[in-house]
Amino acid sequence: MSHALEINSLKKTYKGGFQALKGIDLTVEKGDFFALLGPNGAGKSTTIGVITSLVNKSQGQVKVFGYDIDSDLEKAKSFIGLVPQEFNFNQFEPLMHILVNQAGYYGVERKVAIERAEKYLKKLELWDKRNDAARMLSGGMKRRLMIARALMHEPQILILDEPTAGVDIEVRRAMWDFLRELNRQGITIILTTHYLEEAEMLCRNIAIINDGEIVENTSMKALLAQLDGETFVLDLSPHDKEVTLKDINYRVNDDHTLEVDLNKNQNLNPIFQQLTEQNINVLSMRNKSNRLEALFVNLVSKKEPKTTSNKQAS
Amino acid sequence: MNNAIALKSILTKEIQRFLRIWVQTLVPPAITISLYFVIFGTLIGSRIGEMGGFDYMSFIVPGLIMMTVITNSYSNVASSFFSAKWQRNIEEMLVAPVPNWVIVAGYVGGGMARGILVGLIVTTVSLLFVDIKIHNVWVIIATVSLTSATFALGGLINAIFANSFDDISIIPTFVLTPLTYLGGVFYSISLLPDFWQGVSQINPIVYMVNAFRYGFLGISDVNIVTAFLVIGFFITTLFTIAMVLISKGIGLRS
Repeated sequence: MSHALEINSLKKTYKGGFQALKGIDLTVEKGDFFALLGPNGAGKSTTIGVITSLVNKSQGQVKVFGYDIDSDLEKAKSFIGLVPQEFNFNQFEPLMHILVNQAGYYGVERKVAIERAEKYLKKLELWDKRNDAARMLSGGMKRRLMIARALMHEPQILILDEPTAGVDIEVRRAMWDFLRELNRQGITIILTTHYLEEAEMLCRNIAIINDGEIVENTSMKALLAQLDGETFVLDLSPHDKEVTLKDINYRVNDDHTLEVDLNKNQNLNPIFQQLTEQNINVLSMRNKSNRLEALFVNLVSKKEPKTTSNKQAS
Repeated sequence: MNNAIALKSILTKEIQRFLRIWVQTLVPPAITISLYFVIFGTLIGSRIGEMGGFDYMSFIVPGLIMMTVITNSYSNVASSFFSAKWQRNIEEMLVAPVPNWVIVAGYVGGGMARGILVGLIVTTVSLLFVDIKIHNVWVIIATVSLTSATFALGGLINAIFANSFDDISIIPTFVLTPLTYLGGVFYSISLLPDFWQGVSQINPIVYMVNAFRYGFLGISDVNIVTAFLVIGFFITTLFTIAMVLISKGIGLRS
């Protein structure tokens, strides 16, 4: 059975000698929600560029749903919907024209394309703007337009390169819901993002790329299990006595805030139990920092990217 | 079937583009051509007398129409394709399963559409100044179609290499305009000394203007078959170059 995406020994060296990809291997299963993370210049966008044929690879093999981009490029392309990092539509074109013409490039009949454009513009709350030039849209609307455009040919695999960059939290959460819905419908989703919370919330599997190499490729669950410990911040009800916790590493920040460090063999129950015995209620609790962020920083700092004078955008 | 829909989509996009900015694309040629008719036709032309057996105004009409077709076909593709590169919306086509020949044909078709539409507008305007005779309508249609395709291809190649908006104005200014003005639009090359007649033979626009003039007036400074062979040569060569450049992703893929 073929995978949604299969990359073998992929290398890319740009003119000028900068090696953006140093032989990466990656497999994404059908129906997966996959995160491709890495610091700026790590090779994420180059990888996406090669998959979508916007960047010519130097070496290696890329297969999309079993179709090799060297021998079956057009077939491979027909499976992919791309939401690029930069706005890349004609700013002067009305939204309807952008969407209907894009569907046409994939061979979708005009009548069907108009119906789909209506469906996605309504779904992404852009219907009222359908006759406006794209330049009139806000940043968040432009991001949503690019998602609608990528879906016009009903792709099997949707690649989103920083889809929520610069988008406010309300719109971002609406986009997450929409992406989850698409994934539930069976669309394989590959996501690059700088918001690690986003990757943790949405993705089942993850690859971390650094300096043109894959430094981690596993399930989100397995990755998070690598955490040695976590720090929680607890908001406490008003109390008279000083808080004391046995066998727990903790810090009292102020009268009503407590920080506790748990290693992966400990659980939260003893903390609640001891606080309850002291007549102290826990009003709320949160992670001190994003769990994935801690791992990410650890993984990419193990191998510092080499500095180079002619480094190109990944 | 899919390729036909993709081609139609690129054509639609291109036609929508120049119609959306009709004040920039369709109106100026009509004004320019009216000025040519007033100055060269009515004011100066009346003192020149006949050329090639026709009054000067009738003689220059086909050349002026052809000049407009050439300029508009070229500039439409040059500016549209370069803008698509500059705004990166060319990526919409590059990521889609659109064969390279469809991209070339779509842009060239768009350039031809503008060239021919502007040609029709200019022809209509010229009817206000002169009666237009038609000697052979098929020669007219064939010449205008092939010439607009040739220069649309030229505009495409220019845009592929261009890195700035200046780069798409250099060729029209320093190559296209001189070749057009020296291409027999305003005079019969038979009036030139032998040496300059010989030099004119290497100007492809001479063949296009004369073939077009033959369609209207039935006169030409060059053999019509030779004219079509020259146009055919240029179209084939430019199409091959454009296909190679797009296939290699020159200026499009990193």
